[in-house]
Amino acid sequence: MPSATLSEPQRHLEAQIRWQPLEIAFWLATLLPFVLTPNHLVLASQIAITALFALSLDLILGYAGIISLGHAAYFGFGSYTAGLIAKWGWGEPLTGLLIAAAAAGALGYVTSFIIARFRHLALIMITLGLGLLLAEAANSAGWLTGGADGLQGVRMWKLLGLFQFDLYGTTAYTYSLVVLFLGFLLARRLINSPFGLALRGIRENAVRMPAIGAASAAHIRKVYTIAAVMAGIAGALLAQTTETVSLDTLSFQRSADVLVILILGGAGRLYGGIVGAIIYMVARDQFSHINPQYWYFWIGTLLIAVVLFLPNGILGGMARLVRLERRAA
Amino acid sequence: MIDSAFGVLFDGFAYGMLLFVLSVGLSVTLGMMNFINLAHCSFAMLGGFVTVSLTNGLGWPFLASLPGAFASAALVSVAFERGLYRRLYGASELDQCLLTIGIVFVSVAVAAYVYGTIQQPLSLPAYLRGSVSILGHSFGVYRLFLIGVSIVITAALVAALELTRFGAQVRAAVDNQRMARGLGIDVDRVFAVTFALGSGLAGLGGALAIEIVGLDHAFAFTYLISVLIVVAVGGLGSIGGSFLAASVLGISDMAGKYYFPELGAFLIYFVMVALLMWRPLGLFGKR
Amino acid sequence: MKRIRVGLGCAVALLVGVASAHAQGTVKIGLINVLSGQFADAGIQIDNGVKTYMKQHGDTVAGKKIELIRRDVGGPAPDVAKRFAQELVVRDGVDMLAGFLLTPNALAAADVSAQAKKFMVVMNAATSIIITKSPYMIRTSVTLPQVMETFGTWATKNGLKKCYTMVTDYGPGHDSEAAFQRAFKEAGGEIVGAVRFPVANPDFSAFVQRAKDVNPECIFIFIPGGAQPAALGKAFAERGVDFTKTKVLGSGETTAEQALKAMGDAGLGLLSAWHYDYKSNVPLNVEFVKVFNEMHGRNPDFFSIGGYDGMHAIYEALKKTNGNTDGDALIAAAKGLKWESPRGPMSIDPDTRDVVQTIYIRRVEKVGGELVNVPFDKIENVKDPSRARGG
Repeated sequence: MPSATLSEPQRHLEAQIRWQPLEIAFWLATLLPFVLTPNHLVLASQIAITALFALSLDLILGYAGIISLGHAAYFGFGSYTAGLIAKWGWGEPLTGLLIAAAAAGALGYVTSFIIARFRHLALIMITLGLGLLLAEAANSAGWLTGGADGLQGVRMWKLLGLFQFDLYGTTAYTYSLVVLFLGFLLARRLINSPFGLALRGIRENAVRMPAIGAASAAHIRKVYTIAAVMAGIAGALLAQTTETVSLDTLSFQRSADVLVILILGGAGRLYGGIVGAIIYMVARDQFSHINPQYWYFWIGTLLIAVVLFLPNGILGGMARLVRLERRAA
Repeated sequence: MIDSAFGVLFDGFAYGMLLFVLSVGLSVTLGMMNFINLAHCSFAMLGGFVTVSLTNGLGWPFLASLPGAFASAALVSVAFERGLYRRLYGASELDQCLLTIGIVFVSVAVAAYVYGTIQQPLSLPAYLRGSVSILGHSFGVYRLFLIGVSIVITAALVAALELTRFGAQVRAAVDNQRMARGLGIDVDRVFAVTFALGSGLAGLGGALAIEIVGLDHAFAFTYLISVLIVVAVGGLGSIGGSFLAASVLGISDMAGKYYFPELGAFLIYFVMVALLMWRPLGLFGKR
Repeated sequence: MKRIRVGLGCAVALLVGVASAHAQGTVKIGLINVLSGQFADAGIQIDNGVKTYMKQHGDTVAGKKIELIRRDVGGPAPDVAKRFAQELVVRDGVDMLAGFLLTPNALAAADVSAQAKKFMVVMNAATSIIITKSPYMIRTSVTLPQVMETFGTWATKNGLKKCYTMVTDYGPGHDSEAAFQRAFKEAGGEIVGAVRFPVANPDFSAFVQRAKDVNPECIFIFIPGGAQPAALGKAFAERGVDFTKTKVLGSGETTAEQALKAMGDAGLGLLSAWHYDYKSNVPLNVEFVKVFNEMHGRNPDFFSIGGYDGMHAIYEALKKTNGNTDGDALIAAAKGLKWESPRGPMSIDPDTRDVVQTIYIRRVEKVGGELVNVPFDKIENVKDPSRARGG
């Protein structure tokens, strides 16, 4: 039994941050669509965007324990910002992305003051209410957002001055994948740091954390703002790669979908959002081809099955299987 | 102006009463067992469709179909509780959300398959249609009926809660489940019965709602948010809280639309966020 | 973690579409529609109209077989609609795009139609500017300005001078409000007040009360189908608004079959302007309704006729080009097409590529025990006015 030393948590964090061979294999596999399925790159780019969005929700839900029913507010805000900048004449993708990220981050920062003060059902309902309020405002401000018809006139310039966004989605997927990877690296770094440990502590027992010197409210505000920035980036990516923005980017439907995706994949496991996004969106795409009308039936059944047989999401269930196997070995 | 203000108050209150009947079951079961049943409105939808089938298909009178709506929703909820929900009482909140959202999805698809995607028509008996004039004001007959039914239900619930032994057990289980178990109360049975009752009321609410807000295959989704708002604002486990929250929300929604129509749905969400920030546990919530 | 890789591999494998060999004698049509969610019923009716046409006219045109590839967007989701359009063109090799229940989806797919030079048929979406987004697009449904400006002009010609407007606060509502008010005012009428309902509003009593306070001689309303028309009708009845004293002007959605059934007698006397009613006893329509009933067990509506006439336009264009599916050839063939539809005479404007048709003015009356729209006036060859104005 190793004696508890000051470097114990440090060693733990260092072990976590080392790259597992399977992780490397996973990221290499994300390059496969270019070769295997070149006609599905548009779908792949939208999966990558959704994965980034789910990852941003994981930061607050899986790690800080904040259940949000209004996270699409930041996604949509980033989306509209990026769209409007392009519409008003500045179609450069990367700078547009950064501006949208900053805008979403500012919104996240402001709302984080409210978020940090509440818990449980009140928090869930407040996030829901704020999301709905923003969606209503966007609908009313039709002169700015285009209302129900969506934003028109979004035209993007070439990415890096070289790559046009085309019908096949090659540029779109490359762009989304790179941004997803960078976002992932950031999240990974964050989680496997003392800050990340503090967040997990807050999730487990928010009342006790100040007693050991961790400033709960400040931590929550910080992670919430970061999550908002990431969600805003995902939204901006969608606006730029599809050259459309509409009210559904802010809707309750989108907030609920990303929540389902994250829980499906497994919250608090870094890869949960990505795995959930891949499975949910591929399944939805397949079902809408086979049996468009009854998509809800099959996805509902899938969700129920996952909950009953894979609690803590797909990754959670797999982790449990691996543990069982190790014990049996 | 006072006449129209009064009319708005009345209509808002009636709408609030509808929300109350739909939500009270969820409030009590959430407060008691902390089980997040997002499929609550699926039971409401079931009640609505049962009424539609009984009145349009079998020719039953509307009033006679209401107990059918209640009973069918209650019975089906018992099956779900026994079969599925029981397994997840100890599970995480997220898993409960996922399971019950899955049930909502399935119920919406089944409703679309069986009844189609159209608006369900309902023919009310003549004595429930139109409006009456009382003291110079005009009141919709159906809304009067709705308010009457809701008040009777509220009175019955409160009486049961305060005056019967079972009610005392329910109150004990809501206040402190472990203690109640320790005192020998069969909390599982109490919950099963309360859950059935709450879902039955949802079914009744769904049947009553057809005339006011319509019924289609997506009902379980559409009214979920409104019900959650009532439950959160009223406070978990509180009948009085649900009643007050539903009334406030119904009236402020109506008043907002009358006096500030440009604000639209803004007002109700704003009121909800403000009320929750002021009282995070809800108006009468305990935890 | 190994399973993640396996799982991902499976997911990727699922994505691999079988390269579809484009058989020589097939015309592939990508039908982008909404078949699930809250707009499902309208989308299903469009599809029913398409199927009815193909039942009546067979699935072969100009020696080629018609193959439909259906996609369900699930609601207003332009990113998804655009992706479907791209995939249909790139992966499935469709020759044309059709369908489009909702405006945002049509606008997004228009980009793809323009870029890929594919013929596009809008079978429902009624917002005026859609048609300008791709030079390969035609529309076979209706546009809101087409109906509402006509209605506004008609109203003043028939003695209504002061009107109060009530519309739902979303795109089509704004369009209708703007169109009606403009035409009404241009013809000398006065708008005495306007109000907008929130979207998905279940209860109208507050708004109807406001209208009653103003006591106008005419009220113009525009609300989407579904639960709202009945709720509004009942609100009018409850608040004692008499349709013989106050003329209430609605759209075809407000007076659709299910809406009238749910409204009951509260709907009697409602006036509306629209391009199609299933009760029309024009022989072509009687036949259409009969086949539709047999196939789908219900009555068609204006969504169905949009789908039906959309297929007709496709078939006629293909006949003209002799099966050539090139975008330029098809759009040239489609411009100026004229035909008798179950709705009446209609054509595709050669300049704007938009639909030109007859607008009927109807009143809700009780005929044979049921509530129906009885047309008593009509305006023929109505074009969408926005293009003429340079919109």
